[in-house]
Amino acid sequence: MVAETASAPPVERPPRATLGPIAWMRDNLFSSWGNSILTILGIYIAYKAAAGVIEWGILSATFTGADGSACTREGAGACWPYVTAKFAQFMYGRYPEPERWRVDLVYILALAGLVPLMIPRVPGKFWNAVYVFAIFPVLAFFLLVGGVLGFPHVGTELWGGLLVTLVVASVGIAGSLPIGVLLALGRRSKMPVVRWVSIGFIEFVRGVPLITVLFMASVMLPLFLPPGMTFDKLLRALIGVALFSAAYMAEVIRGGLQAIPRGQFEAAEALGLSYPQRMGLIILPQALKLVIPGIVNTFIGLFKDTSLVLIIGLFDLLGIVQLNNADSKWFSPTTAMTGYVFAGFIFWLFCFFMSRYSQMIERRLATGHERGPGKA
Amino acid sequence: MAVVSARGSSSAAAQASFFYRPEVRQAIYQIVTVVVIVLLFWILITNTAANLARQNIASGFGFIDRTAGFDVSQHLIPFDNSMTYGRAFLVGLLNTLLVAGLGIVLATVLGFIIGIARLSTNWLVARLATVYVEIVRNVPLLLQLFFWYFAVLKSLPPPRQSATLPAGGFLNVRGLYLPAPVPEAGFGIVMLALLAGVIASIAVYLVARRRQALTGQRLPVLWITLALVVLLPLGVYIVMGRPLGWDYPELKGFNFQGGMVLQPEFTALLLGLSIYTASFIAEIVRAGIMGVSKGQKEAARAMGLSNGQMLRLVVIPQAMRIIIPPLTSQFLNLTKNSSLAVAIGYPDLVSVWSGTVLNQTGQAVEVILVTMGVFLTLSLITSGFMNWFNKHMALVER
Repeated sequence: MVAETASAPPVERPPRATLGPIAWMRDNLFSSWGNSILTILGIYIAYKAAAGVIEWGILSATFTGADGSACTREGAGACWPYVTAKFAQFMYGRYPEPERWRVDLVYILALAGLVPLMIPRVPGKFWNAVYVFAIFPVLAFFLLVGGVLGFPHVGTELWGGLLVTLVVASVGIAGSLPIGVLLALGRRSKMPVVRWVSIGFIEFVRGVPLITVLFMASVMLPLFLPPGMTFDKLLRALIGVALFSAAYMAEVIRGGLQAIPRGQFEAAEALGLSYPQRMGLIILPQALKLVIPGIVNTFIGLFKDTSLVLIIGLFDLLGIVQLNNADSKWFSPTTAMTGYVFAGFIFWLFCFFMSRYSQMIERRLATGHERGPGKA
Repeated sequence: MAVVSARGSSSAAAQASFFYRPEVRQAIYQIVTVVVIVLLFWILITNTAANLARQNIASGFGFIDRTAGFDVSQHLIPFDNSMTYGRAFLVGLLNTLLVAGLGIVLATVLGFIIGIARLSTNWLVARLATVYVEIVRNVPLLLQLFFWYFAVLKSLPPPRQSATLPAGGFLNVRGLYLPAPVPEAGFGIVMLALLAGVIASIAVYLVARRRQALTGQRLPVLWITLALVVLLPLGVYIVMGRPLGWDYPELKGFNFQGGMVLQPEFTALLLGLSIYTASFIAEIVRAGIMGVSKGQKEAARAMGLSNGQMLRLVVIPQAMRIIIPPLTSQFLNLTKNSSLAVAIGYPDLVSVWSGTVLNQTGQAVEVILVTMGVFLTLSLITSGFMNWFNKHMALVER
């Protein structure tokens, strides 16, 4: 071999592969010494994490059983029968069993309105929005509360689980958007009194934790009202959450308002439009469209913050899981962990979906912007 | 305003009704706003006063000097149940500041590491960082706190079956027990050496900067600093005969004695807050670094800067300008989120003051207003400091 190559003309080695899995691994995983060490460390971490999850969730998990004793043993993993046994509670709380179809119907009605509203291609956005923001809330209210048309009344103290989480989140979202718009407009108003009131409210609310606002709603609101007048506990939390997120929403929308060129304001004034017309027809449609990602981010924050209502004694999804974790029938070393993993997964699904949706919208708007304003 | 004056000067405006003049309208709107707000507050205050009188609840801050009569499990300043409500407030406030301060440091370090890892050219590292961010960011903080506290730390073994850690530490359901350092005679000199090292390295940094500006020559600042801050105190420590003892925790009866203990409430809160906030800081850091235009990096390369120099001298100073404002609001969020301590029983301000003190005195208005006031003040101080810092970092434009 050696003798042959020495006599033959020098043969160039073929170039290193630039395509294929080997080349990809060399470029992306082992491009240098440091990178190789990081990759090996990363493989170790990924392996440990994946193995831990599979071991806990499947291999050593319990899938059948009637109480916590089934999950009580050395090295036991997830206690899934706990979740199946409590699933209805996690979803509806103590909502009476024969009436739970009403909750399901509300979910179906909500999906029927929201899905076409969120898919940009579906036409008829105006009537769709009228349904979602005007007709659906009324329907949902009477279906959930009952007391009319022969539906038995179901008090909010019986509501719980995912139902409360979704009610607080959606009322918070629906309430915070209009209040936020008003506050944002107020903050940019030329009238000093209106401006200072808006700034005062926004900065005050943004400076304190949600817990103190909820404490205020639950402890101080009864003191503010005339004697004898009481508020539903859920309603108090709803007011607190809506006002709290309105302040954050206002700051997001203010960002959008500031991004609108001055010419738009002046052109609207030159057309002789009144203030509500200028804002409603010219400025806000553009400003809100610009800050859709920010608004969705605020929604995500709001959705996660709904879990705080358990501190003032409402049983949202996390609250009901926390309550059931203390159930002596299901006592086992892994009950609590299983409950939190289940609740965490539900929260994660909603938030992850919302963030992906906002990224999709962001991309859509970005392409529209690059083609120039004429095509939008 | 241009329109206002244009309308006011036109002849038609003279005939226009008094109420159609913009400045009159603005005045009316503002007066209405003021009247509504004053009325609202007046109704609230009279209602509250009537309700308080009916329920025989005292008002005012007289209760601050009364004896609290409860114990607090963790206190940075001496506290027992014979001390006043005012002292309890201080204990809670210090606990809040402790967990928020440590949390900010941990979250920043972890967030920067993960944010940079997300931009790594190493595919696996970037993926792992993405998975971390997407999982942690999308699960409520309260749930994560419960997870760490109830599912992880509270299911640890009891003291007798403690997990033994290296260097004399123990981990059990009561907390993390670590050996406590006990300074002996002469340790003060070691601390002085450390202080001198820090001051000297600042001086070296200034000298090196001046020298580079004047002559273009660089000093090995990093090595000099390391020697001054690490080797100098270490040398003094050995020369002084190692004047630092350790108090090891020992199992006595049913519990550990001695050493220092991190309570599970504190550990869970610190872990939860740092891990959660780090995922947001990571995204901010990533956005900041990506926000530095590619031309800047190419220019740095063209000037012959090394990779490290490019990062340190070109990319990071510009990225920091993008990073600092949102980072500030994350610090504020972390401080505000530390109030979730009340849910896992860490004796922070909200738990001690708006929890125990409010329940004992019943003076909801005063207690909640003070709590809100404290958080508002913390927010204003933090954002004031960060604005000042931001101004120093901001681009000085022509």
